[in-house]
Amino acid sequence: MTEPILRVSHLSRYFRVGGFRSKGILHATDDVSFDVAPGEIVALVGESGSGKSTIARVLAGLYPPTSGTITFEGAVLGKKSSRKVRGHMPMVFQDPFGSINPVLRVGHSLFRSLTLHRPEFDRDARQAEAVALVEKVGLLPGAEVLRRYPHELSGGQRQRLGFAQALASKPSLILADEPVSMLDVSIRIGLLNVMKQLRDDEGVSLLYITHDLASARYVADRMIVLYAGRIVEEGRTNDVIASPQHPYTRLLMATAPDPRLPLAADTDVEDLGEPPKVINPAPGCRFAPRCPVAMDVCRTTTPTPVTLSTGQRVACFAVTAS
Amino acid sequence: MSAPLLQVRDLCVEYDTPAGPAKAVDHVSFDLHAGEFLAVVGESGCGKSTMLFSIAQLLTYPASTVGGEVLFDGRDLAALSAEELRQVRWRDLSVVMQSAMNALNPTLSIGAQLADACRAHTDWDETKIAQRSAEVLSMVSIDPTHLSSFPFQLSGGMRQRAMIAMALLLEPKLVIMDEPTSALDVVAQRSLMRQVENLRRELGFAVLFVTHDMSVVSHFSDRLAVMYAGQVVELGATRDVFDRPRHPYAHGLLEAFPSLVGESRPLMGIPGNPPSLVTPPLGCRFAERCAHATEQCRTEAPTLDVVDGHAVRCHLVSKGVLS
Repeated sequence: MTEPILRVSHLSRYFRVGGFRSKGILHATDDVSFDVAPGEIVALVGESGSGKSTIARVLAGLYPPTSGTITFEGAVLGKKSSRKVRGHMPMVFQDPFGSINPVLRVGHSLFRSLTLHRPEFDRDARQAEAVALVEKVGLLPGAEVLRRYPHELSGGQRQRLGFAQALASKPSLILADEPVSMLDVSIRIGLLNVMKQLRDDEGVSLLYITHDLASARYVADRMIVLYAGRIVEEGRTNDVIASPQHPYTRLLMATAPDPRLPLAADTDVEDLGEPPKVINPAPGCRFAPRCPVAMDVCRTTTPTPVTLSTGQRVACFAVTAS
Repeated sequence: MSAPLLQVRDLCVEYDTPAGPAKAVDHVSFDLHAGEFLAVVGESGCGKSTMLFSIAQLLTYPASTVGGEVLFDGRDLAALSAEELRQVRWRDLSVVMQSAMNALNPTLSIGAQLADACRAHTDWDETKIAQRSAEVLSMVSIDPTHLSSFPFQLSGGMRQRAMIAMALLLEPKLVIMDEPTSALDVVAQRSLMRQVENLRRELGFAVLFVTHDMSVVSHFSDRLAVMYAGQVVELGATRDVFDRPRHPYAHGLLEAFPSLVGESRPLMGIPGNPPSLVTPPLGCRFAERCAHATEQCRTEAPTLDVVDGHAVRCHLVSKGVLS
């Protein structure tokens, strides 16, 4: 087996909440460990408040971790990530309208990135590389697109540009934080195809952060399901979708809207619970209050992930007991 | 069959823009019967929310209704005076706004906001108001103790349900919903939809539901209208539209959804972008993005033709080339 490109071990990030005398500590992500292999798309799936964006932001160096280590390309990341690390692990943001400077031409950000991260290029080589980059993400004709202003591009085109910008520094891993959630459905799939194509043609790994199980199934090789800051289930996408083990993953699967599924009212789960706010949490499974199969032990002890015979890792006492 | 509760005929709405009027809603017609659930789906900018606002007579400048009529219970809403409209609103038709979580007043308790609506539209005394407020909250599975809670004390899903409770306060015949689920997580989305569906069965109100995500309504609406660039391009029974979409746009939209079931296969989406509404194309508005477009599609605008009770705006479907 090849060395993982990214290894996250026991990563936690807490935030102090409330007034300055408050003792409230929000556990945004708690003891999260996972690997990303080269040329692999890993989906981090969870609802709002599950800590998926916090993980991406810690990886991108926007917040330091509270505890835990991040090993990227064989080196442990320090408190501040260097330009080299940031270049090798760029981020694509959710909002295509807020993440591009509107007064500068499309080419500007690409040229900046190329100047900073690829000093070996001269002017002509930069131009040629910038054209090649935007064409790789499906913005044609490249030379023409570079001269445009962001307002001349649609939301989908801007997100493609986001990926071109990320590619400019020859990354080995792209952090994509809900890159398609603000786009119209007819355009989303095109961008998901770009992500697959970057993996296949450029050998880039992607960490795809999403709340949408169906799109995670479409692009990802592996899938990590988060609930209230902890990993509840992890495994190959096909395994997780075909036989979800954790009760939370099952709930997500049952509630995902899918027009191709016939409506079976009797199999529908009735659930009015909501994810907890994890402020000063007591030990125990965080899903226990909503869980249909919760046992006494779930309320007092935090389950640790256990690898099943199928290769899935699940943090659930009920699953490991049976 | 009795007369429809809501009849929308050739409704046209324009936005005044520096480049000229933008035809955001172009000759939209449909009927909604009492107790029926009609979903309108389309992508951003297709005019679906503008159409709702026009029906509820809530448009403000730069948008204005320039043609057509909206008959509600046989009365033309556009012809009513402000006072007459005030009486119809909430009592006969109510609106649940998009991002309802921000539509609640953050400085008033839920109970005070419910009571406010009651005082404005009924002559109930305080006991009756308190009783009815508790009743509608229980209907959406919120404990009546939350009458004294402020919006910030409720979660997103609860605030959304409180908005629906508010809309049901006076037992309207029609509830208009503008993307009430778009800010919610999938689990909360599903339970909200089920709740709306159960209440509709129980109380018998009609629902006009607008969303950009057709998978949300796929299991709940009776009929589905697909809008593109200001026009209805397909209108039929929901299951029928999902199982056999006729219009190339509706077909493309459905093809753009990755699924959790079945074989995982490459999907394509729809290339291109919607046309400008200031200078819409002469022919079919979808022609530029359509894989099947012919010369006629580019020069001659198709009409909304009904084939086996299923309305489609496409030359090729009308001629039987596509089905």
